[in-house]
Amino acid sequence: MTATGYRGAGNAAAAPPGFDVAAVRADFPILTRTVRGGNPLIYLDSGATAHKPRQVLDAEREFYTQRNSAAHRGAHLLGEEATDAYEGARARVAAFIGADPGEIVFTKSATEALNLVAYAMSNAATAGPSAGRFAVGPGDEVLVTEMEHHANLVPWQQLCQRTGATLRWFGVTPDGRLDLSRADELITGRTKVVAVTHQSNVTGTIPPVGQIAALAHARGALVVADGAQSVPHRPVDVAALGPDFLAFSSHKMLGPSGIGVLWGRRELLEVMPPFVTGGSMIEVVRMEGSTFLPPPERFEAGVPAAAQAVGLAAACDYLDALGMPAVAAHEEALTARALDALGGIAGVRILGPLTTADRGGAVSFTVDGIHPHDVGQVLDELGIAVRTGHHCAWPLHRALGAAASTRATFYVYNTADEVDALADGVRQAQKFFAG
Amino acid sequence: MQLESLYQEIILDHYRNPQNRGLREPFDAEVEHVNPTCGDEVTLRVTLKDAGGEPAVADVSYDALGCSISQASTSVMTEMIIGKTVHEAMEISDEFLALMQSRGEGEPDEDVLGDAIAFEGVSKYPARIKCALLGWMAWKDATGRALDGRTAADAVREQT
Repeated sequence: MTATGYRGAGNAAAAPPGFDVAAVRADFPILTRTVRGGNPLIYLDSGATAHKPRQVLDAEREFYTQRNSAAHRGAHLLGEEATDAYEGARARVAAFIGADPGEIVFTKSATEALNLVAYAMSNAATAGPSAGRFAVGPGDEVLVTEMEHHANLVPWQQLCQRTGATLRWFGVTPDGRLDLSRADELITGRTKVVAVTHQSNVTGTIPPVGQIAALAHARGALVVADGAQSVPHRPVDVAALGPDFLAFSSHKMLGPSGIGVLWGRRELLEVMPPFVTGGSMIEVVRMEGSTFLPPPERFEAGVPAAAQAVGLAAACDYLDALGMPAVAAHEEALTARALDALGGIAGVRILGPLTTADRGGAVSFTVDGIHPHDVGQVLDELGIAVRTGHHCAWPLHRALGAAASTRATFYVYNTADEVDALADGVRQAQKFFAG
Repeated sequence: MQLESLYQEIILDHYRNPQNRGLREPFDAEVEHVNPTCGDEVTLRVTLKDAGGEPAVADVSYDALGCSISQASTSVMTEMIIGKTVHEAMEISDEFLALMQSRGEGEPDEDVLGDAIAFEGVSKYPARIKCALLGWMAWKDATGRALDGRTAADAVREQT
């Protein structure tokens, strides 16, 4: 295992032998449709949301047609089966990241998972002495990075606003790496929590979460990692990675939308105050007040999204059947090809690292004289789906001197030919707008 | 390719040679508008004048960062509304907004819209409508503020 917590992803530049992209593509019904101009779909926007294999769709459908019921309620057979399905999904997701089932909290999204921790920290002020580890106030510091997706930035800004704590941040280097040169100055005894991405959704940069966690833990700070762009794409083992919390979402990893995950260390979840309250999370309710269940139920108010959890478990099965090291190697080969193909076009500037070292498969770029929206429009005309704009990472774009960018992201169903089509499309956009 | 119907020559011309660009003094109101989905922004100034007892558009100046559609749309707008009465300019603005919301099904009035009719193709691309409207919405906002400012100034004058 490496310090960054990956299980043998390797650095192979070529696609792994035995990774049959054609067979993978056959599992994804949406890839058979055509788009504008009757073109086949070239989907390079999995960083926004991934497509679903029929195995996931079938699992969700099977739940609705055979076992649909409200989990953890009901004195009937369907209720028992739904509960078993939901808790089985929890165990499956836990296994996917090397965790215990009791450490997996289902949320509605990765965004909500991050908000859960941020709100628990402000709720800690009134949650009694046991929650002291989470309490923040004036004089305390919350440390983030300039590289974050807004989902792992705005909740911390808001936490500071609610509590009077001070927000500080790591900057980025011109080549899109995290600037750790001031780590000793930034991580201090005043730091209560460090929130950091495990893979940038813009530059693909993989910051050394393990190293940051070690520094933060030495100062008594909590560490929250945003795994929305890492968990779907490479082997992640929470014990090896080293944070206290890891958030990720189902819809970016071939699973259904509407469900996300917060993994947290058991001893921390035990003393963490709730965020969303209501049914399912209570122990005893009286008119004067209520007590709460232990984790993970304490953090899952309302009827659980059981069908979505079942679908997510099927996505874990699907990815593990491919093998996450093979998934990572496949994407690394596509990323290397994209970096070469796009980097070789005059006027194209790639944001972030130019090699695949500590870098995942998000390739964002600018094209001189052509706004990303216009690049995206030409690509769309060719059937190529990319994202344009700031990709919910406005401060990072500012730091890299780009108002916006065009982003291609790769996944299990993408091919080398699609990467080449992207580069061709960019050249066509240049030709079109050159007039 | 459908690209030519979206990016008509008028749009590309204005994109390459924007008219009335650059912030000018004096001005009655200045606004900054952004498109939060892509980060595009426009800073726009409006100067009004009196045209026979009716407010009219003396000048619109702007500085903008954005795609070809938003740049060209703002440029075309300034050419169309500078010199018009505010009432006339608002009518053009309303007609343009209706065209953008038509999903390609509109019957635009070329007499009212002039060159802005070139943006008809944009209405078929919902993701681009905000681009086309960025400058127009900024102008509407700035003009409202300028009119409010005039009203306030008139009120002060009446009191003294």
